[in-house]
Amino acid sequence: MEPLSWGEILLRLAYQFMPVWIALALTFGLSIAYKRRLGLYGKLFDNMIGMVGFAIVMFWVYTALFVGLFDWIITHDPLSAVSGMKNKVPGTPLRGAEDGDYPYYLLGGDTLARDVFSRMVQGSWVVIRIAPLATLFAFMAGITLGLPAGYFGGRLDTVLSFLANLILAFPVILLFYLLVTPEMVESGIPSYMAVVLFVLPILFMIVLINSRFHTQPTRRNVLVALVVVVFGWLYLSLINDPGTPVNFLPVDLDLFDIPGGILVVFVSVVFVNAPTVFRIVRGLALDIQTRDYVAAAQTRGEGPWYIMLWEILPNARGPLIVDFCLRIGYTTILLGTLGFFGLGLPSDSPDWGTTINQGRKLLSIYPHPAIVPAFSLLSLVLGLNLLADGLREESLKD
Amino acid sequence: MVLTALVLSFMVFFLTNQPPMLEKVAKFEGNSRMSDEEVARYLENNGFGQPMLVRYGEWLGVLPGWTTDRGDTVSGRCIDPGQDAATAPAFCGVLQGNWGDSRVFRDDVSSIVGTRLYMTGKLMLWVMLLMVPAALIIGVLAGMREGSKLDRTLSTFSIATTATPEYVSGVILITVFASSAVGLKWFKGTATAAMENATFENFFLPVLTIALYGMGYIARMTRASMAEVMTAQYIRTARLKGVSFHNIVLKHALRNALIAPFTVIMLQFPWLLNGVVIVETLFNYKGLGWALVQAAGNNDIDLLMGISVVSVFVVLVTQLISDIGYVYLNPRIRIS
Repeated sequence: MEPLSWGEILLRLAYQFMPVWIALALTFGLSIAYKRRLGLYGKLFDNMIGMVGFAIVMFWVYTALFVGLFDWIITHDPLSAVSGMKNKVPGTPLRGAEDGDYPYYLLGGDTLARDVFSRMVQGSWVVIRIAPLATLFAFMAGITLGLPAGYFGGRLDTVLSFLANLILAFPVILLFYLLVTPEMVESGIPSYMAVVLFVLPILFMIVLINSRFHTQPTRRNVLVALVVVVFGWLYLSLINDPGTPVNFLPVDLDLFDIPGGILVVFVSVVFVNAPTVFRIVRGLALDIQTRDYVAAAQTRGEGPWYIMLWEILPNARGPLIVDFCLRIGYTTILLGTLGFFGLGLPSDSPDWGTTINQGRKLLSIYPHPAIVPAFSLLSLVLGLNLLADGLREESLKD
Repeated sequence: MVLTALVLSFMVFFLTNQPPMLEKVAKFEGNSRMSDEEVARYLENNGFGQPMLVRYGEWLGVLPGWTTDRGDTVSGRCIDPGQDAATAPAFCGVLQGNWGDSRVFRDDVSSIVGTRLYMTGKLMLWVMLLMVPAALIIGVLAGMREGSKLDRTLSTFSIATTATPEYVSGVILITVFASSAVGLKWFKGTATAAMENATFENFFLPVLTIALYGMGYIARMTRASMAEVMTAQYIRTARLKGVSFHNIVLKHALRNALIAPFTVIMLQFPWLLNGVVIVETLFNYKGLGWALVQAAGNNDIDLLMGISVVSVFVVLVTQLISDIGYVYLNPRIRIS
């Protein structure tokens, strides 16, 4: 068979992404039709930059979901090598293709003769699973510590701000190099950090419910019990991992195990992001607590946690949502950095940073194995930045 | 500031001195097939057996260095090989000017950090010379007519650069300008030669790669600050007075618009340090970032401590400069 020309490659790529195009078209059609009823999300569709950003982000989200859940889009196994396909240029026909095999390496083969295209789409599943979740945890930690620091001020604020500045003054890469190593996983420090960091979201939710419903004890008790049981169990299964010092739960109760490598990546990314979120939330809390509605709530005799979580936090949502989008992008960059230095994730992992790291060694002769994941990462982060820009513009219009 | 530096250096010390890390050190010094008892004996003989705080004190130079008496020879932290134990000083830590020895490079940490810092300093100087003026020009041009086509174009450009981490832009730039695949062989894909003899050809790509990532952020801050100044009362007064647009931008707006970006540029330093590590690895330029990667990969405790103290110091000093500079540049604070 003849190698494909660039036009054919593009056509075949577009065809391969067909489920994503359909999903995107549906999302946009429905959202634009009902945009007046959808609040801030609907307003996004009045803004060209925001729409472009949203489209790029959703493209990767749908790609990741379809690849991760249904095995669509992907053409070859991202981990298996095919002999004779080493460093082949994009569009090379598969040597020895049998019936049922996809007949081409659409974006070429890498140094270990694996399909670059399949690795790229599989890599999106790794990124889309870790980045938003890690950002969410960083936000939970930042909010739980930032609100009281801004609201109460005083010594608590001094101590927490000192700690936050301490972590911020630390070069991120040095921290990664010290934390994300197999020896560190063995010593158990990341597991202990996970114990502390992941308990903050649960505390946050309990306080959230308690401050709202403490006047209706039965309802409060039911909700708190529900949160403690469901999330407590998830929390215990998350931190509990055989092979690390934190291992006390019987195997039958342990719902899932996160490999130590992934957990330490997760923990260190949360650890790096949380202080910045803390500073933003603290600043917002300092600003908003001077408003009249906070004074009104104080006069009504509401408790400090009610005011923080149900008066200040909802009014700080605009900047926080915008920063959340930006921070997912930053987390993606951090994940890529980890992969680039070969830290944490296994070396055959298809995530974009690791793939770039492997591809860069032969960059001047065979650029395609590194360029493809590089552009994917670039487009996802760019999409998130544009989305954040659009959201900022639209939320400022209110 | 001193407290911050102390706490941070202790954090690094604590992390590098975890038992599995020390085992790695022992196996690096001895051989990789050492048994557990041999590792324990090595660590005991070389002063790693003491409590962590004591050893941090030794590193700092506030506690006397360890000594081991093995009958015929006395070895110790402060005793050089071949030196008589009786004449060796009791204290030898950072406070005495002794930064320890690097296990990877077999050299004094202070001399390694010195040469590597010079290399990185050269890189950073050119980055600053490229990044700051370019970012300010882009920001001012975009901010002086908010919403215009020029503003849209430049803003999109700056968003795109902030979305491109160094390892992505570096890969793209090398592919386009240095690889044989595309054919534009304008620049070199490595900067190893630039350590002795930096030319435009071998040094421009690494500098550009670091500068691009930082540029977008500074440009956006400058744009926001410029746009805010352009809506101020005194600019409107100047326009009504009949001052030309050219003069308004250069004489009235520019100086006020540049106060905010100054602090941003200074606070960019910690980020630039990250970029330096990535770019030095990618372009094989042997500066401080490259040394950091080597040291961290082999758990070279003394060198890691040296590098982290230097980088934390740089970050803290730039924060201080940014605070002082803000007061100095802003007449409203300076005069009152």
